[in-house]
Amino acid sequence: MVSPLVAVLLIFLVLPIVLIVIVSFWRATEFSIIPAFEFDNYAFLFGSPVTYTVFLNTFKYALITWAFTLLIGFTVAYYLAFHIRSLTWQIALFLLCTIPFWTSNIIRMISWIPFLGRNGIANATLISWGVIDEPIEWLLFSDFAVILAFVHLYTLFMVVPIFNTMMRIDKSLIEAARDAGANGAQILWNVIIPLTKPGIMIGTIFVVTLVMGDFITVRFMSGSQSANVGRLISNEIALLQYPSASATAIVLLVTVLITIGILLRFVDIRKEL
Amino acid sequence: MTKYTHRNGLSRRALLKGAASTAVAAGSTTLGAPMLWAQNIKDVKLRQFGTGVSNLNDVAMKVQEDLGFTLEMTALDTDSVTQRAATQPNSFDIADIEYFICKKVWAAGNLQAMDTTKIDNYDKIAGTFRSGLLTPESTIAQGTAPHTVGFTSGANGTDFVQEESGWMTLIPTIYNADTLGIRPDLIGRPISNWSELLNPEFKGKASILDISSIGIMDMAMVVESMGEYTYPDKGNMTQEEIDLTIGIFTEAKQNGQFRAFWKSFDESVNLMASGEVVIQSMWSPAITAVKSQGIPCVYQPLEEGYRSWGGGLGISAALSGIELDAAYEYINWYLSGWVGGYLMRQGYYSAVPETSKEFMSADEWGFWYEGKAAEGDILSPTGDKLAGAGEVRDGGSFLERMGSVVCWNSVMDENQYMVRKWNEFIAA
Repeated sequence: MVSPLVAVLLIFLVLPIVLIVIVSFWRATEFSIIPAFEFDNYAFLFGSPVTYTVFLNTFKYALITWAFTLLIGFTVAYYLAFHIRSLTWQIALFLLCTIPFWTSNIIRMISWIPFLGRNGIANATLISWGVIDEPIEWLLFSDFAVILAFVHLYTLFMVVPIFNTMMRIDKSLIEAARDAGANGAQILWNVIIPLTKPGIMIGTIFVVTLVMGDFITVRFMSGSQSANVGRLISNEIALLQYPSASATAIVLLVTVLITIGILLRFVDIRKEL
Repeated sequence: MTKYTHRNGLSRRALLKGAASTAVAAGSTTLGAPMLWAQNIKDVKLRQFGTGVSNLNDVAMKVQEDLGFTLEMTALDTDSVTQRAATQPNSFDIADIEYFICKKVWAAGNLQAMDTTKIDNYDKIAGTFRSGLLTPESTIAQGTAPHTVGFTSGANGTDFVQEESGWMTLIPTIYNADTLGIRPDLIGRPISNWSELLNPEFKGKASILDISSIGIMDMAMVVESMGEYTYPDKGNMTQEEIDLTIGIFTEAKQNGQFRAFWKSFDESVNLMASGEVVIQSMWSPAITAVKSQGIPCVYQPLEEGYRSWGGGLGISAALSGIELDAAYEYINWYLSGWVGGYLMRQGYYSAVPETSKEFMSADEWGFWYEGKAAEGDILSPTGDKLAGAGEVRDGGSFLERMGSVVCWNSVMDENQYMVRKWNEFIAA
């Protein structure tokens, strides 16, 4: 008998993906899509230089966001796990980290706009302090703004799994390292980081897939000026080009799967958990 | 995904009508005798969707008050409206869409043709929507002019016909002449050409809208104004012309000319009000919204003329029986003046100006329609002051503004190619 889980996965995961694959070979007119088996959508996708720029841009966002969220996330988790002694405080501070998540993603993102704008709070403050004479233009509607929003939105996805693995590290290992004469940096590098790898990897997968699949953050924070693959797909859907949107989605899916496949080469999550 | 409901035949509609209420089945022009089903109609709920410009809660409330049935409004951005009209025929009863959208979706068969003999004020509908001529001497502007996609051959027509056939695809409600919006206080000099949008003086302070069928026309106006190229017909470009047009704008984008692109009305308001942008494609009520915050903003008339658009109400193919009657009654009510007056006070033109006049003060009519100086304060429908005594509407009277229209929002033969190129422009 097919287990319920398999049935659910088949209906809600496999079937939609199969449909997307099928539609990606169809043909579109302005108001309808016609079943066909053509490679036109893929030919146009791979034939356009913009596609490569956009994929490159998607990787750029993912990589930079990953670096920042890892740095910040690791630091926060480290502080929570090793510097805060009492469990009550650990939990309290951990909950504090989640407060921004009580409002919606989009609101957290949009609230940056008045802050970073040409006449926004950041520029007004810097001018009143005499740090700058002219408003800084690249604060808003730029790659800077996009990455800032990504880091803000997704750092917690790094903190949680890293904190989780750190809490499971046997404290006696650290004491043993210290007794053996290791200094703080050596303990961090040779004991804590290797043992935190699964957490880092899970956080990495979260952040990378979220950033690669995002479109709304890029649209709002870049003022529609930059694009990643998600935005390409959302534009195509908006213009009723479902088959080409499907083709782009399939290419993105394959790209993300390859990326995760490579990531999983570094750490065997199953073994470590 | 591509399953479309078929257009209802008249026989089926009549049958359903009969089943719904024998009283209704008796008379085919129900509008003369609404009292027969006055009880039933209270239970009717019509679902309307459209762009934010005319999907106003005030209208829904007034419908409830005047007609007694419920109108449920959904406001979406232009692309989502097109998407819904084309792919989700069962999700709406009334489609409040633009004529260029109609050109895209009509052939899908999700809307039904409307019998003009059931439209009380059909004869008062502006010429632009019927013969295409604003005045008998007018020339028709380039692009998808409303009358070219306004009529179909019969009750079940999926084509467009060029004469007044008695079957309309959309009942026209609203139209306007669009131009660039500017912040005069931040620019500090007169602006009189479309080419100013790409003037390096406004580097990082310009914006254009990200809706392909409208944006491409704004682009064409700019390209012609710059003297780069004169289109034989900018409403129907060739692939080379599309490449050229979008090429010029892609270069400007990469040089940092644009601060942002906008997709929905409120985004354009925020860009302008916050001073992020000083010159951009804009819609009339967006100007109104900026002004009502006390920020100077001008809908600048330009030498090359205006880009125009028109919208109307379409009825879902799935609608029949008492709902269909209610829909006709709603449309007749729509054209009877109250909504027209409301829209005119926002800076649009009503497709039936005569009836709207009765719902406006003489001063309002003079200011908005005739281009006369205001005698007292001109207020928006929501009560914000838009102009004081002595002020004149940007661009002047109805005939001056609509008479200077040189193109309509367009769906071209090469639309498929254009939207792909447009997508590349946005991603470039």
